[in-house]
Amino acid sequence: MSSVTVDHIPGKGTDASHGHHEDHAHHMPHGWRRWLFATNHKDIGTMYLIFSFAMFLEGGVLALLLRTELFVPGIQFFQPELFNQFTTMHGLIMVFGAIMPAFVGFANYMIPLQIGASDMAFARMNNFSFWLLPVAAILLTASFFVPGGATAAGWTLYAPLTLQMGPGMDLAIFAVHIMGASSIMGAINIIVTVLNMRAPGMTLMKMPLFCWTWLITAYLLIAVMPVLAAAITMLLTDRHFGTGFFNAAAGGDPVLYQHIFWFFGHPEVYIMILPAFGIVSAIVPAFARKKLFGYASMVYATASIAILSFIVWAHHMFTTGMPVTAQLYFMYATMLISIPTGVKVFNWVATMWKGSMTFETPMLFSVGFIFVFTIGGFTGLILSVAPIDIQVHDTYYVVAHFHYVLVAGSLFALFAGTYYWLPKWTGRMYDERLGKWHFWMSMISFNVTFFPMHFLGLAGMPRRYVDYATQFTDFHMIATVGAFWFGLSQLIFLWAVLKAYAGKGEIAPAKPWEGAEGLEWTVPSPAPFHTFETPPVVK
Amino acid sequence: MMKLKGFLLACAMLVSGATAAQVRDMPGGPAVNQLNLSTGVTEIARDVAWLHWMMLIICLVIFLGVFGVMFYSIWAHRKSKGAKSASFHESVGVEIAWTVIPFLIVIGMALPATRTVVAMKDTSGSDMTVKVTGYQWKWGYEYMDGPAEGVKFLSAMSTPLAQIENRESKGEFYLMEVDNPLVVPVGKKVRVMVTAADVIHSWMVPDFGVKQDAIPGFLRGVWFRAEKVGEYRGQCAELCGKDHAFMPIVVKVVTEEEYAAWAEGEQKKLAALADDPNKEWTAEELLARGEQVYGAQCVACHQANGKGVEGAFPALDGSQIVLGPMADQIDIMLNGVEGTAMQSFANLNDVELAAVITYARQSWGNGGQGQDPVVMPAEVAAAR
Repeated sequence: MSSVTVDHIPGKGTDASHGHHEDHAHHMPHGWRRWLFATNHKDIGTMYLIFSFAMFLEGGVLALLLRTELFVPGIQFFQPELFNQFTTMHGLIMVFGAIMPAFVGFANYMIPLQIGASDMAFARMNNFSFWLLPVAAILLTASFFVPGGATAAGWTLYAPLTLQMGPGMDLAIFAVHIMGASSIMGAINIIVTVLNMRAPGMTLMKMPLFCWTWLITAYLLIAVMPVLAAAITMLLTDRHFGTGFFNAAAGGDPVLYQHIFWFFGHPEVYIMILPAFGIVSAIVPAFARKKLFGYASMVYATASIAILSFIVWAHHMFTTGMPVTAQLYFMYATMLISIPTGVKVFNWVATMWKGSMTFETPMLFSVGFIFVFTIGGFTGLILSVAPIDIQVHDTYYVVAHFHYVLVAGSLFALFAGTYYWLPKWTGRMYDERLGKWHFWMSMISFNVTFFPMHFLGLAGMPRRYVDYATQFTDFHMIATVGAFWFGLSQLIFLWAVLKAYAGKGEIAPAKPWEGAEGLEWTVPSPAPFHTFETPPVVK
Repeated sequence: MMKLKGFLLACAMLVSGATAAQVRDMPGGPAVNQLNLSTGVTEIARDVAWLHWMMLIICLVIFLGVFGVMFYSIWAHRKSKGAKSASFHESVGVEIAWTVIPFLIVIGMALPATRTVVAMKDTSGSDMTVKVTGYQWKWGYEYMDGPAEGVKFLSAMSTPLAQIENRESKGEFYLMEVDNPLVVPVGKKVRVMVTAADVIHSWMVPDFGVKQDAIPGFLRGVWFRAEKVGEYRGQCAELCGKDHAFMPIVVKVVTEEEYAAWAEGEQKKLAALADDPNKEWTAEELLARGEQVYGAQCVACHQANGKGVEGAFPALDGSQIVLGPMADQIDIMLNGVEGTAMQSFANLNDVELAAVITYARQSWGNGGQGQDPVVMPAEVAAAR
């Protein structure tokens, strides 16, 4: 993003009056048709964001039910089977319903604006890939109400436990299939858009990092979603069609499932974090009023992380008893990932160094992201060491680790990005006071919730437990209080966003942030229905 | 409503500090508000704790360094303090440095970890072997060699349901106590072969630094050498269904003499369970044993009520053979009845045969009214 400037070419698009006419008369559908048949990237982006927030609330409520049960030892509210269903669905919904679609929403809305394209490459397919998601969400949620309830095998759906589940499991498999199909289509769309539709003059190495991270993420998606689909299809045939892929009694291998799953699952964690890196790389320079430090090394680091993510999957399986050489290989390879990730953190810090910083909400969330995500990165490095991993595998230490990267990483970056681009989406500035409250409440309560989980895990408290030894009580109580606090804090976010959408708040100029760079700030706020019908020229 | 009451009660107990006063560190299990890995009682567990401290300190130093810089610039380089932004935005030297230096640090971390990985995997030269099988939701233990060879038993959680459902106050070893702990001698290298019967479980004892998934169809080996006598506790660590939280592991580490004595006792129990033909069996014992044998061997044809199936399998209830002299029935049991489905049951031992014959003679309408109501194993032996 080093030297992007926009060249307005007055001579181009001579038929200005005609274009103007089209904008308002024909091309902007109204009513429910505008949304159901939406092909406009901004509308589809908005729908993705609304959908993912709804799923975030659903997954969040499930998490709060879990925390309620875990407030004190003993079984108070939910029988173990139901508790397991809540755990599983919390994971599935947050991963496939909340975090991933939220990033796709950002991609849909922002990538065309950032590269100066008029829309996504495949607008009609874009509509389809969005509308698959509510269908999948309904299937997933409905599975609570079938005999036997929702699947209770954990979001990883490990065989052979999944072979024991009721029809809720089949619904989950279909839902994940559909979400996977949606993701693949979304990814194809993003790749083609980024590679084919950049404005003249925007070379790949001038492209905003958010586009870069999404380009790489989209390749990851295309590479691994079919792998997940294969794994769950094998589950399905094992369950109903007499195959024995994962059933030892039929000559199958239960560990095979884990290998296939994590070959998807490990890149998946980068699918959920790389776009976040892109968002933060846009925001930190804007509020430090200084160019991003090491743009090129950021791109290389992102690519290295993506490549490395394919060769480390079995670090999720150290306790399955793999040979010593495999254990060493996966340990070394995993440790390597900390290096490009470290480069990213150093670059962000160097961007802030000798900047001229202000701390509006997007910047707060970005700095919060860097700080807390790095804690998750460190625990990740600690977990990469096989002997330590074996000691804390499947304990709350792991729960703490991945919530530090997924909540304080992905989610905080999503918040940062929302506040950053909300003026562009709504034409209004969000309420800064609400934004700050949201940040501080989220930041503090997040740590209250998840920091004690490190201690629980180190002391040997296994995860996915409905009940626990009395020695763990205090930390669980703290975590539960934090969880409710965190959950309620998200209502501030909802309020702030709705306020801006309701047209309350200062009218936003085209470029509301002094240090912001990029083509998206060259169009008015809110971004009109049609933008860049004539591509801008980037020097 | 009951649940709510239980919850409120539990809350009240906690708030009043009653629980806090009662909850103490669990010997061999978690301590109250434990903050770090337990140093455990094996070399491996100590190594792991050491590795963790090393990683923690290195990470903490880097953390303080990086975020020291970040927070300094947040404090000093802010617009409100009149900071003007500099224009530098790359430096090949710096970027190479902060790629290479972390690489060296990572190598430094990997070296000691490698040693521990290799040590953890080395199950050779073990003094004894125990096979552990995960079931939904209990553990099975089987001694493969040594004085306890052949001893096997199931080990299930012994915490009462009333404690889990908050109807009773929780005990000292809440959720982490079992009816039959695994018993091993102190200071011996114990190889543990882990497998499962249904789904994947995981056999974890933090104080030993051991966690091994129990995978159906596979045997996976780990080992430990406990250095201190005591009871050490762990839990299942792989989601295995409904009662995942309720299948704890207790390993009792005893002196070698105690172990030998325990093994001897278990062998005796095992022998007692095995049928001893020279033992004087009472009618009641034979009856009880006979019911088992009948249930396993005879019930499919002759039915639980002894009435058989009309036209196919003769009734035993009121049968002339069952009510007649024992010699005839013993003969049928040993040789079968030619031309019918009644095969020879000579593969059963004398006690089993005597027991099942006695059972048939005592049950249903027969009620021990015929001749020879009780048949002793010696009599079967004589007839063979």
